[in-house]
Formats: sequence, structure tokens, C-alpha cells
Amino acid sequence: MSEKSDKNGEGDHMVLKMLTGSQAVAWAARLARAEYIPAYPITPQTEIIEILSEWVRKGEMEAIFVQMESEHSLLTAAGTAAATGARVFTATSSQGLLYGFEMLYSIAGWRAPLVLVNVARALAAPITLEPDHNDVLAARDSGFLQFHAESVQEALDFVLLAYRVAEDNRVLLPAIVNIDGFHLSFTRERVDLPEQSTVDEFLPEYKPVNPIRASEPVAKGIPVLIPPLYSFFKYQMHMASRNALNVFREAAKDFEKMFFRSYATVEEYMLDDADTVIVMSNSFAAVGKQAVNAMREEGRKVGLLRIRLFRPFPTDDIVKSLRGKKCVVVVDQNISIGKGGITCPEIAEALYHLEDRPKVILPVIAGLGGKSISLEEFRHAVRVAERLASLKAGPDGPLLLFREDEAMLVDSLLKIASGG
Amino acid sequence: MSITKYRTLKDVPKEEFLVAGTPLCAGCGALLVIRLFHKALGGNVVWVNAAGCVTLMATFPYTPLRSSWFYTAMPSAPAGAQGIRDALDILIKKGKLDPAENLKVVVITGDGAASDIGLQSASGAIHRGLDFFYLCVDNEAYGNTGFQASSLSPIGSGTATTKPTHLYPAGNVLPKKDLFEIWRSHRPPYVATISPSHVVDMLRKVEKALSFKGPKLFLALCPCPTGWGIEPSESVQLARLAVETGIWPLKEAVYGEVTHTHIPSKRRPVEDYLKVQRRFAHLFKPIKNEAVIAEIQKQVDEYWSKVER
Repeated sequence: MSEKSDKNGEGDHMVLKMLTGSQAVAWAARLARAEYIPAYPITPQTEIIEILSEWVRKGEMEAIFVQMESEHSLLTAAGTAAATGARVFTATSSQGLLYGFEMLYSIAGWRAPLVLVNVARALAAPITLEPDHNDVLAARDSGFLQFHAESVQEALDFVLLAYRVAEDNRVLLPAIVNIDGFHLSFTRERVDLPEQSTVDEFLPEYKPVNPIRASEPVAKGIPVLIPPLYSFFKYQMHMASRNALNVFREAAKDFEKMFFRSYATVEEYMLDDADTVIVMSNSFAAVGKQAVNAMREEGRKVGLLRIRLFRPFPTDDIVKSLRGKKCVVVVDQNISIGKGGITCPEIAEALYHLEDRPKVILPVIAGLGGKSISLEEFRHAVRVAERLASLKAGPDGPLLLFREDEAMLVDSLLKIASGG
Repeated sequence: MSITKYRTLKDVPKEEFLVAGTPLCAGCGALLVIRLFHKALGGNVVWVNAAGCVTLMATFPYTPLRSSWFYTAMPSAPAGAQGIRDALDILIKKGKLDPAENLKVVVITGDGAASDIGLQSASGAIHRGLDFFYLCVDNEAYGNTGFQASSLSPIGSGTATTKPTHLYPAGNVLPKKDLFEIWRSHRPPYVATISPSHVVDMLRKVEKALSFKGPKLFLALCPCPTGWGIEPSESVQLARLAVETGIWPLKEAVYGEVTHTHIPSKRRPVEDYLKVQRRFAHLFKPIKNEAVIAEIQKQVDEYWSKVER
């Protein structure tokens, strides 16, 4: 495929580039012909909006770029513009996503299919810059579709796929594409940059439903003060989101034909003969795969399942991948304080009614605030799960991964903080 | 004033854009302002609303408007206007939308959304020079939630959160923010105060604003029968009293230059305005609070002493 890509310029051939995650999603917005980009800077999202504003200012993109005064306003403008009929792209991160949080539910309820890139960053307090997924998963219930990218290539491709799925009349919901701050946003990888003509073919012009026009007045976003109406509209959103599973599969088929890359809702890594499966999402899954390789060399039958599409939740595909396995280790890079990981209960619920459900589903918390996950930690989690399986026991709460060297480091910093 | 088509009440356009049958209160000053304001604006309008009383004008499946309506959220109607304006502009520019489909974008909020939670988004939109109208219907409190104080509630008024007590005999002790001046400090093309009692003045101001590109901002004092404690039939009368006492100056600012459009020849005492409203009743009963009334009068007198005649 890469040899083919080297032949420049003809028809659907691609160009190879070294791009950061931020550059890749900016390119995706450009290739998608996004025409409205409201923005507000926040680390680590800034590179994306800097690139886009420059392209608009140089006339390389026919779009309006407007710097708003907050993420709340940014999301409001993004939503009303999409409802008016423009193809909208924007990006934010962490505190910014939460500052505009109210509008996520509104935009989804308006059925305004825009694409928002979230550059994952852990939430204050304590304030930090490194990633985990509490920001993007806070938006889990809003109605936004969620695509979680592992690589720079996926980041680019998911933005294109997100527009295609979001704008489909069977869906009409906004989408978040998540890329991990620093680890993906500022990491340079080789990317096949699609040709504009092929993207145009894959992603036709956005045709808004009931847009705001002089000739046909509409009333949008208005109160429904009769309770069954509220339930009715929420159920419609839910069913539209469930429709997105098959719309995604259709779109992925077309995508593969045009761009030679194939995407299922989940990625199976060395799963066929695996007894124990690690479940992960986003960029840290690359580290998880390394751990799987190492454990395989040690003779352990370990595999990894990576969730690409988090909303709608691909229950059927997850069931297909995990049924009959002995142990499932769900590595949540987030924490619902007082409960544990956010993904694990969703996986458990998907598997509960199967006769051949895994013996153990081990909830694991790791990588909060960008904390690395070492091979030894993966090994430990797998060992714990397998021991529980042999004891026919279940976990008594999530396994909180933390290494001895990290404990020592924290201890020394605590001493400094306390003046000792 | 430049040539205008509005000379007397007979010149009020006949065409209705806001028809009967809204769930708003009888005698609502805001409703009257919206109806008249819309006549001067003409058709092809999209209203962008923040949470407040007027949000209830359109509730599914009804709307009393012949124009479009978009309820956004309490803090960010001006940002919603930004998205609509920009989307229409780019779609027209790219040839995807017939320019005949273009719309005037009009933000409509109450005083709480304008002066408190939504001040930031309004400032942003004005600063960016957004081509829009902003109509703030100011009933001087959070009317929709039961009349709690906003930062546009006047000093001495009783609201659901500034009830007069023996510790706070004046009721609200905080001054009314000067939203006209806050807006004017951004130097937009047009800012004006209006009143439902001075209809020709209002229509002329909208007419004038239509000639400007950029932010065109209107602050309307809107008597509220339920919150102010007046009869629905008294709304226009109260609005007129506010003008005649000098409490509500009618003025405009073009690129920051202020002109008063109506200078009362002899101002009536503020007491005439205060004593007919339940929200100020504690200033008169059981004992008259001369100090607070005198303070309100003093502030009005000081204001007008600086106005050039």
C-alpha cells in the first residue's frame, strides 16, 4: 500500500506524510471541507486551531474561523451553525469540554451533526496537562457519538468517518473524536494523507434537515413541557445512536474501498486463542499491545480488545470478541470516584447473560493523568485475574495500579511539600 | 433626526409577526415590546433566545411567531447568534444558499441573562462586531423563576431573594448595573434604550439601527405585573411613569456618541413611580423610608444634571 502511495498525484493515490495527531485532525477538517470553525484555545488542543486559523487566513480553506470567548460559547455557536446548515469542526480539551458541557446535551438534542475533536487531558483538581479519559467519558451520556483513536492515522480517518456517520439522516447526531493529549496529539507518525477528490467522493456535501431559512420559518430547541414528549425525543436520539452502528459499518466498507484501510467498531489483537483479554481504548492501547507481545513470548495466551467506537456502544461486537474467554481485564484510564472504571461495568453488562461468559472480569484503573503503564503492571493485572479464575472468586473492587518506584517518588515529593 | 417613516402611532406597521395566544402573562411589557419591535424590524428574522420568561412563548408544538426561533441556553444566546450569522454568511458566500433566504439575527433575553450569566457571551459577540440585534427585555429581576434579584434589579426593590426585613428595610441594597454603558464601552454602531410607552421613539430607533452593520443593542424597560405588583392594564402607564420621572432615560448611542431622544420638560418625583408598585411598598408602609426614596431621587437628579439640554 505504501509503495502505491508513493506514486504522487494520480486519482485516488495518497500522499505519505509525517504528522502529529493535531496536524492530522486539522488535515481531516480541511479535507472534509469544514466551513465553520469556532475555537477557543486550551492546552493541548491549541496546535489544531492554530493550523486551521492559518489555513483560513491564507485562503487555503474556504471557511470562517472565529475565536470565541469561551468553550461554552464555542459549542453554542458550533451547534447553531450546524443547525443552520454549515459543516462545523471544532476542538477542545479537558476543562474546556466541561466548561461547555451544558451545550453538549443541547447540540445533540438539536440533532446538529458537527465533529468535535477532544484532545484528552485529565481533569482538575489537581490540575495537570497529561491525559486520561475522564474528560471525554464525562460526555458519554450526552448523545455525541464517540470515536477513540489509537494512532495518528486513525485520528485523521475517524474525523472523516465521524462526519459521514453523524450527517447520515438515520443518525443526525454530533460526534467526538478523541485523541490523547501529548501521547497522540504531539506524536509524529507516518500518515497516508488522502486525496481531496477521494474524500469528496466519500463525504458528500452536508444536506441539513429543517435548517433556518427565510422561506420556511422554524422553531428550534423549544421547551417540551409535556413529559411523554421529552421521553419520545430522548428515545429517538437513542435509536438514532444505535442506528449509527450499522451506518458506521457501511461507511467503513466504503472507506476501505476508497482508502484501503479497514475499521471495525473494535480491534482484536491476538485474540483467537487468548484465554485472557485486556480491554483498552485510545493511544495507551499501543503499550497494551507491547505487553501482549511480551507475555506471548513468555507463553501466556493473552490478547487485547480495543474499543474504537465507544458511543454507540458496540455490544454485539464486544460479545463476539469476549465470549468464551477465561478472563477479561478491563483497563480503565479514568476513575468514577467511589465506584471505579467507567468502561468495566459496560463490558460486564454486555457479557452477563451469556452462558459462556468469562469467569472473571477484573476492573483495573491505570494511566490516570498520563501515568505510564509498565509491562510489569500489565503482567500483574493478568496474574491477578487468572488467580481469581483459579480460585473461582471475583474481584473485591478495582485494581489500582501503582508501582513501587512511583510510590517512592511520590513519597519524596510529599516530604518536600510538607517542608521535611 | 434623519427622515423617518414613523411620526405618530398611526404609522405603526399593520403587519403582525407575533400573533395572539402566547402563554405569557397578561400585561407583559416584554410581549408588547417584542410585538412592536418586530413590526419595525420587518420579516425574515430569526430570534435567538436565552432562558427567561419569553422562552415560554414557543413551547412544543406551538409558536406565536411568524419568524424563526432558536432557544439556545441561558448564558450563550449571543454565541448562538454568532453561529447562525456565520453559517448563513459562509453558505451564501459559497453559493450554497440563495441570498433571498438570508435572515436578520436577533438575540432576545431577559435582564438576568443579559447582565449576569450571559454578559460574557454578549461582550464577546459585540467585541467581534457580530452583525446582529440584541433586545434585552428588562423587567428588573429573574421573572421566569419567580422574580429573584438580578444585577439589573433597582436599589430599594423587593424581590424573592431581596425581601425587605428589619435587617434590610430597603429590600435590594445593590445598585442596578448600567448595562447601556457596559454595552456602549464596546463602541458598537448602535445602542438604545426603549420603552413600550414611547412607541414612535422605539420604531424610529429600530429603523435607524437597520442602517448599521454590526451589533445593534436595545435595552427595553418592561413592566411585569406579577413581579412588580401592578395590574396588567397598568403596564404601559408604569413604563410611561418611568420615563416621566427620569428613572428610565430614553437615549441612543451611535458609535458611542450619546443622544437623549426624549428629555422630560418637568420630571415627576420618583415617588409617583415607586408608590404604585408592590415591589416598593415597603418604602411607604408601615413607615415611609424617606432616606431610600431620597437616595433614589438623588441618583435620578444627578443623572439628569449631567445631560445637556
